[in-house]
Amino acid sequence: MNVEVTPLPGIGIRKDFAIRSGRRLGVVTHRDGQIELIISKPDDPDACMAELPLTPEEAAALANLLGAPQLVAQLREEHKNLPGVHTRQIPVVPDSPFDGRTLGDTALRSRTGVSVVAVMRAGHVHPSPTPDFTLTGGDLMVTVGTSEGLDDAVKILKLG
Amino acid sequence: MADIALEMIELGAVFFGMGLLGRLAGRIGLSPIPLYLIGGLFFGHGGLVPLTGIEDFTHLAGEVGVVLLLLLLGLEYSAAELMTGLKRSWTAGLLDIVLNAAPGAAVALLLGWGPIGAVVMAGVTYISSSGIIAKVLGDLGRLGNRETPVVLSILVFEDLVMALYLPILTALLIGVTLLGGLSAVGISVGVLVVVLVVALRYGRYVSAVVDSPDREVFLLKVLGAALLVAGFASAMQVSAAVGAFLLGIAISGSTAVNATKMLEPLRDLFAAVFFVVFGLNTDPASIPPVLGWAVLLAVVTTLTKIATGWWAARRQGIGKLGRARAGAALVARGEFSIVIAGLAVGYAAVPDELAALATTYVLLMAVMGPVAARVVEPIARRFAARRTAATPLPSAGS
Repeated sequence: MNVEVTPLPGIGIRKDFAIRSGRRLGVVTHRDGQIELIISKPDDPDACMAELPLTPEEAAALANLLGAPQLVAQLREEHKNLPGVHTRQIPVVPDSPFDGRTLGDTALRSRTGVSVVAVMRAGHVHPSPTPDFTLTGGDLMVTVGTSEGLDDAVKILKLG
Repeated sequence: MADIALEMIELGAVFFGMGLLGRLAGRIGLSPIPLYLIGGLFFGHGGLVPLTGIEDFTHLAGEVGVVLLLLLLGLEYSAAELMTGLKRSWTAGLLDIVLNAAPGAAVALLLGWGPIGAVVMAGVTYISSSGIIAKVLGDLGRLGNRETPVVLSILVFEDLVMALYLPILTALLIGVTLLGGLSAVGISVGVLVVVLVVALRYGRYVSAVVDSPDREVFLLKVLGAALLVAGFASAMQVSAAVGAFLLGIAISGSTAVNATKMLEPLRDLFAAVFFVVFGLNTDPASIPPVLGWAVLLAVVTTLTKIATGWWAARRQGIGKLGRARAGAALVARGEFSIVIAGLAVGYAAVPDELAALATTYVLLMAVMGPVAARVVEPIARRFAARRTAATPLPSAGS
C-alpha cells in the first residue's frame, strides 16, 4: 500500500492512498491533534466529497472496526481443522464493569475456559495480553474458546 | 479623572462596536477585516465622530497587533515546512511576484506616486491573506484536496518574501542611501538565514527558553520575548514585524501549538485595533477619487492571482477544476496588505491617497476573495459542461 504523506504548512499533515476504484481515502491530521477522514469525489479525484472531523475515540473505534475482522478471519482460518474451537471479537463497552480494570480481574480463563489472544485498541493489535493488561472502554478483545464459553464471556464482560 | 472616564467610554464603545461588527461578519460568512476598516472610516479623522484622547493607546495597541499578527504567522510554520515550501513552490512564487506586484506598481506610477509609492502598492497587491484563505479552505472542506498543498506552499513563499520585503521597505521609507538600503537587505537576509538554521537545528532550545508549564508565566514570557525582539529589530531598522515573524519560526513543536492557542485571542483583539486605527486615520472623503483605480486593480489582480494558482496547480498535475479552485482560493487580500500600507502611511515619501487606495482595495478583495473561492466550482463546472456538450470527447462516455 502506497500511502502518500503531504505536509500542509500551517495546518498539519495529509496522509492518503488510492483505493482500487481509483478514489483517494485518507486522513488530515491537524497540528492540534484533531483528525479528519477524507474521501475523494468520484468525478474529481482532486476534490473531497467528505471531510469528517473525528474525535480521538471515534477514530480509534473506526480503526478497530476496520482492523479486527481481518484478525478474526485469520484466526478462524487457522482453527478451521479443530472442531469446536471458535474465534470471536468481544467489545469492552465503555460502561462495562471492567472498564479501567485488568484482564486478570475478569478471570475469563478460569470461569469460561476462553483465551484472550489479542486486544485491539485504536487500530493497534496488543497480542497475548498478560493478566495485568488494563482494559478500557472501546477495546475489542479477540477471543478463542468453545461456543458456550464465548457466550458466557460476552455476559461476564457486559455484566461483571 | 473626567478624561479617564471619557477615554474609557470611547474605548469601550470602539471595542463593543468591533464586537458587533465581528458578529455581523460571522453571520454573513465574511472576514471581519473589511468591516473593522469600515467601522474605523466612520469615526475618527474626517468621519462622523472624532475620537480624542485615546490615539496614543490605540496607536501602540495597533502596533502590538501587527507584531502579534506576524508572530502567530511565524508560529504556524515550522522551519522544515518553510524549507520544503520554498523548494516546492519557488517557480510559482516568482510568477506570483511578477504577476501580482506589477499591477499595483503600475497604478502607483500612473498616479505619479514615485518609485517608493510603487514599491508600497506592489506589496499591497502582491500579498494574499493567509488568514482569510486558511479559514475559507477549512470552511469549504478543501483541506484534503490535492490542490490545497499548492495553495499553502505559495502562501508560505509569500510570507518568506514578506520577511525580506518589509526591511527593504522600511529602509526606503526612512530615505536611506543606496548603501544603507543594501545593508538593511543584507542584515535581513543574514538574520533570516541564521534564524532558519537555528530553528532547524536548535529550535527546541529557543522553545525551552519561553516554555513554562504555568499559563500565566508562559503568556508573559512569549509576549515579552516577542515585543523585545520586535523592538530590537525596529531599532536596527529591520522592521518590528519581521523580528516577531522570525521569533515565531524559531519557536517550534508543542510550545508553538500552545503559544498559538494562548495568543490567538490577544492577536484578534490587538489586530482588530490595528485595522480600526488604520480606518480611523483614513479620511473617507479621499476614497471616491481613487475608487475607480481600486476597482481596476481588484479586477486585474483577481485575474492574475487566478492565473498564478492555475499555473502552479497545473505543474503539480492537478485537473482543471482543481486548478480553478487553487487560483480562486488565492484571490483574497487582507491583513498583510494593510500591514504594508500601515507601515508606509505617515512617511513624507508616500502620498495620503495611498492609504485610501489601499483601504478601498483591501475592502474589495477581502470580500471578493471568499466569494471567488466559493463560486469558482459551480462556474467552472458549468463552463466545462458547456464545452463538453459543444465538442463531445470520445473518452467522455467511459
